[in-house]
Amino acid sequence: MLFRDLDFSAHDGQIWQITGANGAGKTTLLRILVGLHGFYEGEVRWDGPLAPSLLYLGHQPGVREELTARENLRYSQALAGQSGDVDAALDALGLYGFEDVPAGRLSAGQKRRIALARLWLGDKRVWVLDEPFTAIDQDGVARLDARLREAAAAGTLVLYTSHHRVGEDVHRLHLSGAGAEVLA
Amino acid sequence: MSAIWWASLRRELTLIWRAPADMVQPLFFFVVVVSLFPLGLSPKPELLALVAPGAVWVAALLAVMLSLDGLFRRDQESGALDQMLTAPVVTVVPVSAKLLAHWLLTGLPLALIAPLLGYMMQLPVAVLDTLMVSVLLGTPTLTVVGAIGAALTVGLNRGGILLAVLVLPLYIPVLVFGAGVVRTAQDGLPTDGLLAVLGAILALALSLGPVAVALGLRISAGD
Repeated sequence: MLFRDLDFSAHDGQIWQITGANGAGKTTLLRILVGLHGFYEGEVRWDGPLAPSLLYLGHQPGVREELTARENLRYSQALAGQSGDVDAALDALGLYGFEDVPAGRLSAGQKRRIALARLWLGDKRVWVLDEPFTAIDQDGVARLDARLREAAAAGTLVLYTSHHRVGEDVHRLHLSGAGAEVLA
Repeated sequence: MSAIWWASLRRELTLIWRAPADMVQPLFFFVVVVSLFPLGLSPKPELLALVAPGAVWVAALLAVMLSLDGLFRRDQESGALDQMLTAPVVTVVPVSAKLLAHWLLTGLPLALIAPLLGYMMQLPVAVLDTLMVSVLLGTPTLTVVGAIGAALTVGLNRGGILLAVLVLPLYIPVLVFGAGVVRTAQDGLPTDGLLAVLGAILALALSLGPVAVALGLRISAGD
């Protein structure tokens, strides 16, 4: 068993940071929340259907190496039904000039940035992000940090796993073998 | 919804086009396996014409099956599969586009080259069109049914053998009727009935298959 006695409710405009040791079940918890993982006991309730408002970024960035940065993001956008400008989103993450480069020739951090560009496309009110801060440099962390706060201020619910803390008023959920606890 | 389907189809075609080895490999396998028969068996025309329907069909079937092992693997490894499963459209939409793209760039070329291989195997020229139509009707079924196995085994490290065990029994009807049509045509008998059976199997596979593939992917993602 990964965790038990887990009980929390998250609301619009909040940022939730999920922490825990490696193997504590952070990724599994997020997969349960978005409906990808079905083997658990308990209940996950969303206010209304989740799919139309969900933006889920998994542990793997979901970027295919054969496609260019722009093709990858265009497909993600079409699939998720987001309306923003793809080139502007790539530009916001410092990928200007790399739009037509196959993702296979980019670095791990740049691939992660292609996936993160979805956060700049808008239209989603629930963000579930698995380790969004891995592999990106300080500048990227700063941009992402600002983006998460900006989105929460506009009413988006952000749930993410990472050891990086976004601001002081972030809600924290700590997973450990003994049980899960909510830290203010 | 149709916009998502077109975007998916475009993506899948681009993906295969950028990695042409995946497309050429089944075709190469098909040609090589059929060409080995005259070498291993005997170059006698009567003998070759006798085994030709079965040989061409078995080779086509294995070529399709081998190409399916990697159908969802790279999407799963890259995390793109999770995107499809959490998207606000039913998973059948991206899945059906993927299956169509896969058939267009692997099954269809097999059907187009089949008459040439049939001719090499000493099939009478009058039968070659029946051979092509039978492969044309049979390969989409092989793709869809095989994709169900590929979806269920995508999370496993060495899924190839399990895929074969799952899928080959389901391929048997297609093989029996596919090779049967060509043999019937060789005997100069009408083939409409058998082609209709192949078409019916295809209709069944197309209507239920994509749903089964989508469910299989969801099961694979959940553990």
